[in-house]
Amino acid sequence: MTTLQLKNIVKRYKTNTVLDNLSLDVADGETLVLFGPSGAGKTVLLRLVAGVIDPDEGQILIGGEDVADIDAEYRGIGMAFQNFALFPHMSAFDNIASPLTATNATKDAISAGVHKVAKLLKIDHVLSHHPKALSNGQKQRTALARALAGSPPLLLLDDPLRNVDAKLRFEMRLELPRLLAAQGATVVYVTQDYKEAMALGDRIAVMSQGRIRQIGTPEDIYNAPADIEIARLFGDPTINLLDVTPKSGPDGVYVELSNVKVSLPGMPSDVIGKACVIGLRPEAIVFTEAGAVDAIPVKVEAETPLNEKTVTLVLTARGREILVSRPAGTPGPVSGPAHIAVNGKAAFLFDKDSGSLIRSAATQMTRNGEAA
Amino acid sequence: MAKREGKTMETTSTLEKTLRLIALTLVVIFFMFPIFWIFLMSFQTNETILAIPPSVIFTPTLSNYAALITGKLTTAAGTLDIAFMRNLGNSIFLSVTSVALALVLGVPAAYAFARHKFKGSEDIAFTLLSFRFAPPLLVLLPLTQYFQWLGLADTYFGLIWVYQLICLPLILWIVAAISEDISADVEYAYRIAGHSWFATFRKIALPLAGPGIAAAGLLAFIFAWNNFVFALVLASADKQPVTVGALAFVTSSGIQYGQIASAIVLSVTPTLALALYAQRYLVEGLSLGAVKG
Repeated sequence: MTTLQLKNIVKRYKTNTVLDNLSLDVADGETLVLFGPSGAGKTVLLRLVAGVIDPDEGQILIGGEDVADIDAEYRGIGMAFQNFALFPHMSAFDNIASPLTATNATKDAISAGVHKVAKLLKIDHVLSHHPKALSNGQKQRTALARALAGSPPLLLLDDPLRNVDAKLRFEMRLELPRLLAAQGATVVYVTQDYKEAMALGDRIAVMSQGRIRQIGTPEDIYNAPADIEIARLFGDPTINLLDVTPKSGPDGVYVELSNVKVSLPGMPSDVIGKACVIGLRPEAIVFTEAGAVDAIPVKVEAETPLNEKTVTLVLTARGREILVSRPAGTPGPVSGPAHIAVNGKAAFLFDKDSGSLIRSAATQMTRNGEAA
Repeated sequence: MAKREGKTMETTSTLEKTLRLIALTLVVIFFMFPIFWIFLMSFQTNETILAIPPSVIFTPTLSNYAALITGKLTTAAGTLDIAFMRNLGNSIFLSVTSVALALVLGVPAAYAFARHKFKGSEDIAFTLLSFRFAPPLLVLLPLTQYFQWLGLADTYFGLIWVYQLICLPLILWIVAAISEDISADVEYAYRIAGHSWFATFRKIALPLAGPGIAAAGLLAFIFAWNNFVFALVLASADKQPVTVGALAFVTSSGIQYGQIASAIVLSVTPTLALALYAQRYLVEGLSLGAVKG
């Protein structure tokens, strides 16, 4: 176990600034997820920490020690790569053994270490195979096993589930937290999959364009996304975002959606008349009867039944697309005209120009998307 | 109707097959015939070779090979001493040593060019390649002067040095291209696992570039073996390779075609054997970039 601190890191490639004055603290034993779209600088960040590339400015401290003059092989890091980066000319055993052969460990100790971690990852039956003869899932597990084999205090996992199929990804998403906890290491985990981020992270750092846009627990980020972009990235199906201009009424601030007033209780009055974007999670919208006061007429376009929920795409009279999600098995319209109602308490309001959050939803959601 | 259509298609493909076979045969004959003819010539005397019309029916003789191996060339004007076997030895020594030296120098350099973009690295790499553009004679004339001043003229050391002009750029560029194709992540992974850069070079970079290095070495060997002009200008008889040594067969009493043919057969054999042995690596090494994706 160890801590990791990044202080004002800058990394440029020619004129392109990949990391822009980035600072980050990872606590002892914590799993921090770096989440963001490709090109955000996540992989570059991991490589800086690993020591295979050097920052142009700033400091990296591992366990409180500045590692600027410490080469990659002495940093005590385990790393798994997105493309696995297995040694193609070595067997799975030798691949996993590579962090152990670098030490003075005896042959027996190396063999014991490899078998222990291979058993943990359920690949002990393919240890004699070369990477070419391994399935994608086995390759991914071999790469993870190699990262874990040396029991490094700091683990860097660069989107290790990116190149494996959905079923395996689901399995590993369940298995990894237990594995990482057993390892007791401090973990930096890179991913582009918000579900993975939610499932694995003690904290999530949302990155884009070389900066950290928001950092917090998964609940923090889901319930109070710092801006429109983050709100869009977190949540499946994606949050509905509609341009609105809040107005003042007798019951406080309200917005009009298809000429139906949706009141936003507790909203400060300074947003009145400002160009805003309202964010509505698909779970915050329900189907309702035609006669209800808050019923917004829509037309059902398509329905997608997922495992645990049904997602319906509807069109408003003005042609805006809205996603509505409801628990699977509950009744709802399949096609034709219908009505929806919006829960104003569960609405996010963003500033249209800056994109930043004005007010988060009053009703909090858990990371599974259910109202708490 | 359907049946007839099927039949038409079949005839087309048979025709295509036949045409392809004929085309292939022509190509093979075109390239193989000179070699085959030389092979036949090496077992004939000058008289049967020069007979008109030429014939493939003759009494084979080993006299040409015997003359080469014993070093005694019997011509109409008398017996000449030739140093063919020594030339052959020189060829082997010069080519093997040059390629070995070029590999020792070129492979680490190629790796450096591929992995580390330092200031001027492109320029240095290009300058080395440009040695291959210049006509050898252009380099040779001033070089002859320098070599005489330095006392390198007519030494194996000097020749091997000049042969680097042939071998080094070739190895450098092929190996650099192949090293660039190998994912740097694989090397990073080994570094991070706790191994030094040198161990990474030895255990990861070298084995992965192995087929490419073998291919580059083989090509360099063939080019070095076939070189004529460097040794012609810079070396005297006892240091010359077979390519230059073959000139000895042009004697005052005529050209010894039989001996030339057998000399060619003998001098082609080592490269041919090497190429056949390394064919696998050659194809794999040179197409590495194409198939890896």
